[in-house]
Parts: sequence; structure tokens; C-alpha cells
Amino acid sequence: MHQLAPLSDGADKFIATRAAYGKALLELGNQHQDVIVLDADLSGSTKTAVFRKAHPDRFFNCGVAESNMMGTAAGLACSGRTVFASSFAMFATGKAWEPIRQTICVPSMNVKICASHAGLTVGEDGKSHQMLEDITLMRVLPNMKVIVPADSVETAEAVRLAYETPGPVYVRLSRASTPVIFGDDYRLELGRGSLLREGSDVCIAACGVELAEALIAADILASRNIEARVVNLACIDPIDVDLIVDSAERCGAILTAEEHQIRGGFGDAVAQAVVRHHPVPMDLVGMDDSFGQSGPAPDLIRHYGLDGASLADRAENLIKRKKR
Amino acid sequence: MTLSREKATNIRKVAREVRLDVVRMVHAAACGHPGGPLGMADFMTTLFLEHLNLTAENRLDDDRDRFVLGNGHTCAGYYALLAQKGLISKDTLLSFRKMGSPLQGHPNRNLDLGIDFSTGSLGTGLSVAQGMALGARLNGWDSRVYCTSSDGESQEGQIWEAATSAAHWGLGNLTVMVDFNNIQIDGPMREVMNVRDLEAKYKAFGWHAVTVDGHDVVAVDQALCAAKEVAEQPSAIIAVTTIGKGVSYMEDTSDWHGCAPNDEQLAQALEELSAPVS
Ligand SMILES: Cc1ncc(C[n+]2csc(CCOP(=O)(O)OP(=O)(O)O)c2C)c(N)n1
Ligand SMILES: [Mg+2]
Repeated sequence: MHQLAPLSDGADKFIATRAAYGKALLELGNQHQDVIVLDADLSGSTKTAVFRKAHPDRFFNCGVAESNMMGTAAGLACSGRTVFASSFAMFATGKAWEPIRQTICVPSMNVKICASHAGLTVGEDGKSHQMLEDITLMRVLPNMKVIVPADSVETAEAVRLAYETPGPVYVRLSRASTPVIFGDDYRLELGRGSLLREGSDVCIAACGVELAEALIAADILASRNIEARVVNLACIDPIDVDLIVDSAERCGAILTAEEHQIRGGFGDAVAQAVVRHHPVPMDLVGMDDSFGQSGPAPDLIRHYGLDGASLADRAENLIKRKKR
Repeated sequence: MTLSREKATNIRKVAREVRLDVVRMVHAAACGHPGGPLGMADFMTTLFLEHLNLTAENRLDDDRDRFVLGNGHTCAGYYALLAQKGLISKDTLLSFRKMGSPLQGHPNRNLDLGIDFSTGSLGTGLSVAQGMALGARLNGWDSRVYCTSSDGESQEGQIWEAATSAAHWGLGNLTVMVDFNNIQIDGPMREVMNVRDLEAKYKAFGWHAVTVDGHDVVAVDQALCAAKEVAEQPSAIIAVTTIGKGVSYMEDTSDWHGCAPNDEQLAQALEELSAPVS
């Protein structure tokens, strides 16, 4: 029933999802005249500058004024435009949450919020810039779709999907370069996850930068004679309930991994599906009620237990809780 | 009273030390924001040496002055000044932006080190400073509250909400110093999103406001003295500066807003900044 997703053969290629966003946005803008892009003084970092250079007439820099940007996006959408609005995830979703709720989600406007520098992997800028609550803030909103792509290929797909899906969409992007996981013929569908590795001892469900860590964890577990299924659930809202139920039935235990607070975030979305449709033991890896700090991204991922080795240990402990 | 010659010379010397520390810290961290603090060094040093009543001894006293770095990304210079005042050790300065350091990439409230408040998200500082000023007045503390802001930060709506309420509440114990360098991340401020005449804007909001050359320590000192004389209005000092001041290749460009010098660039920066002070 669930096909394995086509994986990249160039496993040593590293590209930041924000870079893939800039490229995909440019291509989208070349094809579709209705695409308008807004940024808030971070176009070099979010990579909307790539679009700005090619289509200066369809790009507006709002300055350091994220709430104003979101309201402007809603108004532009009233004139039939498809609006992409970008900033750092912290400010796009944090500073501007209420304008997003009232002016983008309540009237269901055609605005795509594509925010970069999400999560711990922002690194040295520290806790004021490490957005660890955006998945929660966006998935709680009615009408908002939430996509957290894991690599550059999936990001290009997320941009296409966001454009093709009417109404508000949130796409979460990262600053750091991350491994290219998917092959070029990978397709992302709304509300569909994908199977990356088959196994029946435990399922690791992940999104964003944690998908690569989940694959590392599965390798470590295999060396301990544990076969882990790895599923990618980039589309968090709507989430792939069928794939989650199938994984619960097959593996009997699900570990989730996210570069985000576990309260209200990705693992929480998976847990809701599990609790409602097929309860099995679960554990949630992510930030457990703490903020981050300044430091190099890989060190932070290890420090907070979000690396592949930590995931493997957590999965092994979870298996002990399975009903025999 | 104007600043004595000796004091002015001393401020310039300390400002030079601050600039040297800023480039060393950002180089050691291999990331961070050198441009802003180099531009702010003269007015910040004037504030910290001549006006801000904060010392290692009184740092926890109720009636000390308070300071909020609204443009939090410029914290390398702030930390260097706290070191000048003996609140942070010189060794700690080089842990800037590293794992476990109290000197985070953006300020993290730490009263023991004299860091009164956490910032980093633009637009938040002035509201907090205003709350501190209101609290000091309620508690009968003889504290003044100083806050920095910037031309880029002046694009945030919350700044103007605070500007409205601070004047409404007549917070004469509040002073904001705005780093006006016509630079923000995406380029020259006047091209990205022109905030226009900030002195006129603050005045229209009911503030006492002046514009000064932010590198003229005598003029900055005078503006800070004048602000203390205004009892029932908050004060805004628009400090016109050159971003990257003192390091030729960092001056007047957004390229060095948030970028670390390599070894060669550091050597050049240290050499240029070591020129004698007049
Ligand atoms: C709310 C918020 N939005 C965006 C940012 C990212 N950011 C950091 S500094 C900056 C530019 C601010 O302009 P200014 O303070 O004038 O910069 P400088 O003169 O120091 O280069 C931006 C957009 C932020 N820190 N906070
Ligand atoms: Mg500026």
C-alpha cells in the first residue's frame, strides 16, 4: 500500500532549504504573473532576494515590520494575487501571529508564509532567534496548511504545492545546509506522508531537519538488530492519518522527532492521530519545555538530544514499552 | 556644563578599546554583528562612562539606572562596555556566542553581569524600558532608564505604540538613543523603507527630541545632560552615525551588519583602530 519514496543517490549533497526556496520561488514567479513576494528586511537571508532581482516590480520590502507585512499580504490577496511573505520564522509567525490569524486565516486569504531560520539550527544568534514554537502556532489555526520540508527537493515541491493549494499555507525552512534526501522524481502531496525505510520493530516519524537524523538512527538501530520504519510527515496539517495508523499497526510503537517544542508541535499532531485511531506507546523527541542558546548548529542538535544517536536510544527504550 | 577636555579624551580612548574588543569578539566567534556597535561606540561610551549609574557595586540596587539594548544585535559593544565597567571579565568577552556563554548572540537578562533585559526581537525594547521607567516612578526610585533603538527598528509599529504611551504617562526618566546610520540588513534604510525625520516624529508624539552627531562625544554628553532636565516628557536623542566607524572597509555599508572578519581583515581592523586618539 505504501510505496517507498524515491531517495537521492547523491547522499553527500548539502543544500539549505531556504536556498531551495529562493530558487523555487524564482521559477514560480517566471511561470506565474500573479505571484507577489513580500519580505521584512531579510531578503538576503530568506533568499527572496533571488526573486527580487528577477522581478523587482512584484517584490515589496516591508522593512522591519512583520505585522504590517502580513496585513499587506492579506490585502494584496484580495486583488487576486498569490502572495508569498517571508521573514525569519520567529518574527513571521511570532511577532505577526495575530494579524495572521485575523487577516489571513479567518477570511482564508491566498497567502503563503514561507519562513526561514526555524529551529535550533539558527545557531549562534541564540534563543531570541531560534523559533521552536511556530509549528504549534500555525497548526492550531483553522484554514492554515502546514508543511515542514526535509530537504531541497521537498522544499521545491512544497513551494509548488503551496501555490496550487488555495488559501493560507505555512512552509517552515532552515538556515543550515542539510543533506539532500529525496530523488528528483519525489512528489509531495497535501495530507500524504512518505515511507523512507521499512521496518516493524518501531516507527520513527520525522519532519524537517530531523528526517536525516531519523535515517541515521535507523542505521544505528539496524546494527543493534532493530528494524525501524522511517516515515516522513512533512505535511503536518492536514496530516497523513492513514500512514500513521498503518505504522502503529505494523510497528506497535511510534517515536516522533522534531526541531521544535514537543508541546503542541509535530509529535503532538502525530499523537492526536494515534490516540484517536490506534493507540500504541509513543515517545516524542524535541525541545522539552526549554529555550535554546547560542552555539554551532550541530552541537546544539546533540546537546538537546535531537541527533541520530539520541533518537536511536530513545527508540530502543520505547520498544521496551510495547505490549507483547 | 560642557564635558571637560580630559573626560572627552578619555571617552574617545575607551570607545577605541570598545571597538577593538568588538572586532576581536566577532572574529573569535566567527559570526555576529560588528557594524552597529562600531558605529554606536562613541555615544554608548559617553552614556556608560558619564551618565548611566551602573557599577559592579550597585548593579543589584533598586535605585540604580537601567539600560535596555533595543537593537539587541549590537550587543558586542554593550558587553565590551560592561567589561569596561568591571561587570564582565575580559576573558568572558571572548566566549561571546559560544555554547554555555552568558554572552549570548543577543542579550539575555543577567543582573549579575549588569544585563538588565533580554532583547533581539526588534521593537520590544522601548516598551520594556518604558515599563521600567513607570515602575521606578511608582516605587519612588531615583532611577533613569536608557534604551537604544535604531533606524531599522523604527520601522516596527510597537516602537510607535511605546512612543505614544511614554509621552502620555509623562515619563521624564526615560531616554531613548536612536542609532541613525541609514543602514539596515537589505541596504540603505532610505531605499528599503524610509523612516524619515525621527526627531520630528518623536516631537509629534510628545517627546523632547534632538538630533546630534553620534560621534561627537561632547554633543552627545550635552544631549544626555539636557534630557535629565526635562521632567515630564521622555527624551529621544537621534544619534547620526556611520555604521562600521573606524574600520574603513566596514563603513557605511550593510555588508558588515552581520558578518565576521577573517584573520587578514581582523589584522587590518586592529591596525586602523589603533590609530592615536585626539
Ligand atoms: C522583529 C525582528 N525582525 C527582524 C529582525 C532581524 N534583524 C536584525 S537587525 C535587522 C536590521 C535592523 O536595522 P538596524 O538596527 O538599523 O541595523 P544596523 O544599523 O545595525 O545595521 C533585522 C531586520 C529582528 N532581529 N527582529
Ligand atoms: Mg541602522
